Amino acid sequence: MTTTMREEFVRTAEEVLADPRSVLVLADISAAAFAPAAAHHPDRVVNVGIREQLMIGVAGGLALTGQRPIVHSYAPFLVERAYEQIKLDLGHQGVGAVLVGIGASYDRAASGRTHLGPADVALIDTLDGWTVHVPGHPDEVRPLLRAAVCGSGSAYLRLSTRSNTTAYPEAGGLRVVRDAGPGAPLLVAVGPTLDAALDAVADRPVTVAYTHRPRPFDTAGLRALAGAEVILVEPYLAGTSTRVVSEALADRPHRLLALGVGRADLRRYGGPEDHDRWHGLDAAGLRRSVDAFLGSPT
Amino acid sequence: MTTTTATELAPLLDRVRAGREFGPNVYSTLDVLQVLYDRVLRITPATVDDPDRDRFLLSKGHAVAGYYALLAARGFVPVEWLDDQGGPASRLGDHPDRTLVPGVEIGSGSLGHGLGLGVGTALGLRAQGRTTPRVYVLLGDAELDEGSNHEAVAYAGATGLANLTAIVVDNHSATHGWPGGAASRFTVNGWSAATVDGRDHDALHRALTGHDHHRPHVVVATVDSEE
Repeated sequence: MTTTMREEFVRTAEEVLADPRSVLVLADISAAAFAPAAAHHPDRVVNVGIREQLMIGVAGGLALTGQRPIVHSYAPFLVERAYEQIKLDLGHQGVGAVLVGIGASYDRAASGRTHLGPADVALIDTLDGWTVHVPGHPDEVRPLLRAAVCGSGSAYLRLSTRSNTTAYPEAGGLRVVRDAGPGAPLLVAVGPTLDAALDAVADRPVTVAYTHRPRPFDTAGLRALAGAEVILVEPYLAGTSTRVVSEALADRPHRLLALGVGRADLRRYGGPEDHDRWHGLDAAGLRRSVDAFLGSPT
Repeated sequence: MTTTTATELAPLLDRVRAGREFGPNVYSTLDVLQVLYDRVLRITPATVDDPDRDRFLLSKGHAVAGYYALLAARGFVPVEWLDDQGGPASRLGDHPDRTLVPGVEIGSGSLGHGLGLGVGTALGLRAQGRTTPRVYVLLGDAELDEGSNHEAVAYAGATGLANLTAIVVDNHSATHGWPGGAASRFTVNGWSAATVDGRDHDALHRALTGHDHHRPHVVVATVDSEE
């Protein structure tokens, strides 16, 4: 039985806690899952209670003493609620941390708007020097987390209950999954959008590249693969990477279609598959958007 | 009662001031800063990177003029830096930046960040088994309005974070006040507390060294609201 990204995170975090530099900082979320680790490392598994501002402040203070904090909660509480702490207690102090969010854009769709976090990557993208990992399969989580913890800068891992069928652990740079030859339109799928994207262009000559690291975006790979038409499919706010792609291709005539989660609060519950459909991110919705962009397949 | 006021620092303050008028927040912290740097903190210009140094975190980052003057007087930064404070080539802004000023532990200015950073620093020192250094965070009574402080106060008290001292300079500037006293917000969460005259150096010294090593400690230094 395959594990979830969250389970992979817990397992890997327990591993990296063997390094005395590592400290896990929690705000109640996942505290039960980390109870064994907390018993093992009482000084390095810190649960501050439901206090997200303090969670990030504590991470900043730990990093100032040379520790490597791993900070974890649901994406909206981790990134949106404590945004100024991320900006000042980490970035402005000149220290780094590894933030691990769960819930992604709408994993907890039935919980409603309060638990949705489609703007997290866009918010992190306002800050300088961050690496953003968006794994598309549970097997991608462990190597990404281990590498992030071994670094010294700031990184955001965006975990989801959504997953592709195939794991691509080495896909920080754009990895070609389907090659339609030179000059073909390029579709870049980020994280768990890959399967639906492949399905959507199955009957079209479109090159499909996959990445689980939208920041820093592989602009060199993009320039090598892109023709005159580029399609971005991202599992968070639509257009989050438009700036990066436009800057990378500024010297070339090109057209860009940026697909992702819409801005509107839909005020609807259901499951993540329903929200995929409502945001046009299921295979049928992506196909409609691609048809409109490239013209209907002949 | 021993009060030196700012006589020793007055010429340096004048260099920072460059003709500007300073508000009460600058003067209300001077005595506390002098007692800390002269009688309490185990930190010198030679030990600003020593992992076993005491940490002083100025959370109310606008109270910076006296801080810079004191850092210059004690040799942490060149006195000449004071002359163009806030200028385009200066390392000394109206709020301090830890990456630009030797001896400054945190960049501050937005209120309500220092105590959380101080809790994390105290936890980091504890995780490293460093039992000697102590973390001191200086706040203002109006700064306590920020809810982030209360997250830190509750957590540090509940977990008995014994290597942490908060200092609240209380010049009665909080818009809605703290009925019952600022210290009560800490003691109800399990901190030890001392409220003293913020101009009395001996009283400040006793309060700042009055922690019991079992729980976090707060010193409320009261000064006149006109100061």
